[in-house]
Amino acid sequence: MSEEVIKTEGLTKVFNKHLTAVDHVNFSVKQGEIFGFLGPNGAGKTTTINMLITILKPTEGKASVLGFDIAKQDNNVRNVIGVVPQEYTADEDLTGLENILLCADLYGIPRDVAKKRAADLLKLVELTDFKDKKVETYSGGMRRRLELACGLINRPKLLFLDEPTLGLDVQTRTATWDYIRKLKKEFGMTLFMTTHYLEEADALCDRVAIIDHGKIVVVGTPEELKHSLGGDIITLSIKEDPDVSELIRTVENVKDVKNEDGSYRIKAEYGEITAPFVIEALRRKGYTVTKLMLTEPTLNEVYLEYTGKSMRDTEESREAFRSQRMTMMRARGG
Amino acid sequence: MSKLNEHHPSRFHGIWALTKRELKKWLKEPIILLMAILQPVIWMGLFGKAMNLGNMFSSSNISISDIVLPGVALIPPQSGSITISGTALSQMFADFGPTLMKNIFGVTDYFSYMSVGMISFIVMFTTMFSGMSIVWDRRLGFLNKVLSTPVSRGAIIFSKVLNASLRSMFQATIILALAVIFGLQVSSTFSVVNILGIYAAVFLLCVGLSSVFLAVALRSTKWETQMAIVNLINLPLMFASNAFFPISQMPDWIQAIAHVNPISYLTDATRQLTVLSLDTSSLIIDFTFLGIFAAVFSFIGIALSWRYLTK
Repeated sequence: MSEEVIKTEGLTKVFNKHLTAVDHVNFSVKQGEIFGFLGPNGAGKTTTINMLITILKPTEGKASVLGFDIAKQDNNVRNVIGVVPQEYTADEDLTGLENILLCADLYGIPRDVAKKRAADLLKLVELTDFKDKKVETYSGGMRRRLELACGLINRPKLLFLDEPTLGLDVQTRTATWDYIRKLKKEFGMTLFMTTHYLEEADALCDRVAIIDHGKIVVVGTPEELKHSLGGDIITLSIKEDPDVSELIRTVENVKDVKNEDGSYRIKAEYGEITAPFVIEALRRKGYTVTKLMLTEPTLNEVYLEYTGKSMRDTEESREAFRSQRMTMMRARGG
Repeated sequence: MSKLNEHHPSRFHGIWALTKRELKKWLKEPIILLMAILQPVIWMGLFGKAMNLGNMFSSSNISISDIVLPGVALIPPQSGSITISGTALSQMFADFGPTLMKNIFGVTDYFSYMSVGMISFIVMFTTMFSGMSIVWDRRLGFLNKVLSTPVSRGAIIFSKVLNASLRSMFQATIILALAVIFGLQVSSTFSVVNILGIYAAVFLLCVGLSSVFLAVALRSTKWETQMAIVNLINLPLMFASNAFFPISQMPDWIQAIAHVNPISYLTDATRQLTVLSLDTSSLIIDFTFLGIFAAVFSFIGIALSWRYLTK
């Protein structure tokens, strides 16, 4: 039995012959881990997931899921995985229970088994009291939980979660994290998730792949990634205009300096010791430091390091636009 | 590892699960159901009853006064003059009316003719919207969820076909019942068994037509496109057929369309089975055409769904 639950080789998806959404991606996911795909909107996360769950055909490259080839044995793949999509896919006109039973039917699970599993799953996601209410009356958090229950109906060994907490409030998000941890711990499930929340990747994932413009830029545990930056981050601003990057670079222990619109991001070992030297060096040349911040690296720094942009700066992609539009459409309709 | 999900969906299981979902949605919206029935009722009431072609020839509409002919107008000429009774003439024309209707429409009242055409009308509309429903499923993400399950791709399409067919058959029953209440005259060859024949014909047309509309909608994400297609072709499909007017009275080019229009064959089959005295040979032609139409297009629809549902 292979340890690798997912393995991709040069997995590529090109839309309309010129838009490369996923560009020769190689990675593997090990049995029993939570593997996170971290990247901005439009980086290719959902496209990758859609190829792995066999609803999108790869343009090039190969991938296997639980030992099945996604192109040649797609129906075997579908049978053994669970999918919790980004959108709310439940049928609004049906009740929660009816939706779960419909999913069970699609997997060919006999009615008596399905009923028992549905009851267990409703309990797990705390929807038992609402099971006979139409889904259109559910809140965002309840819909997410229902999606989770549907994704688990066939007892998958591997669960795909696409942006599991997108658009949820903080409380619901934390609750969702608890469910995810529970799945891993109690059922030994392997989870593949995408997210654009750094704190989510940090809190949940055993390993993270940062993906940008369809390419994986780095893979590792959150700790490894943070460590790979090799030091702390000093952010400072000066009163004067000229670029002082070169000057700062001469200070001992400073490894790298980036000028981001007048704010300098300095990577340095022993940040708390180096910072005073930096201030001193600047003052000797007649510059005044107006602001200084010292941070130990977080996944945000890692992200910034590898993608060259802050998560908050990433422009709104079509994907985000679409999900927003969907929400608006629902709001109008419901 | 491959024993994780020990159950595999049989083809039938998947089709039935998805069909049940659609039917449940349908039954949960009684307003939509009511509207779907009201629409043909309004058509039957206004169009079928207002356009009272048969009545045009009734004696009350034809009042001819006595005609006085001078004897010289006759061959051979006679002296004096002749009077033709207007009442007798009127009666002659009035008697002529039903014969004319019978020859052109096959029945003596227009209502009986068009109310059977309404069955085709409702079948056409119901199937047209099956294409819309797959667009909505795609837009709302439901389709993606279904695609990520092992359910057969063909079952996804066929469940929509089946749903449209069951709905049409239900609506056809109601229309027929209402038409009888409103004065539809069934022929002497009508029997309860004929109703089964109507169901069979409706089913065949539904399978063919909804496969066409679903195939068109397979990759579409815009319901506006579907709406435009429906709006564009519902009129030609309806009026270039024998649903409301007899083909024999149409210009050649419309006749050419009407002869390949499946609506004509369903309408003829249902007419043969209800208001006309049954002509077995034309009924066989109708069923053959509908059968081939259904087989060809459902095959194409299902073949395309395997190819194109997954992008």
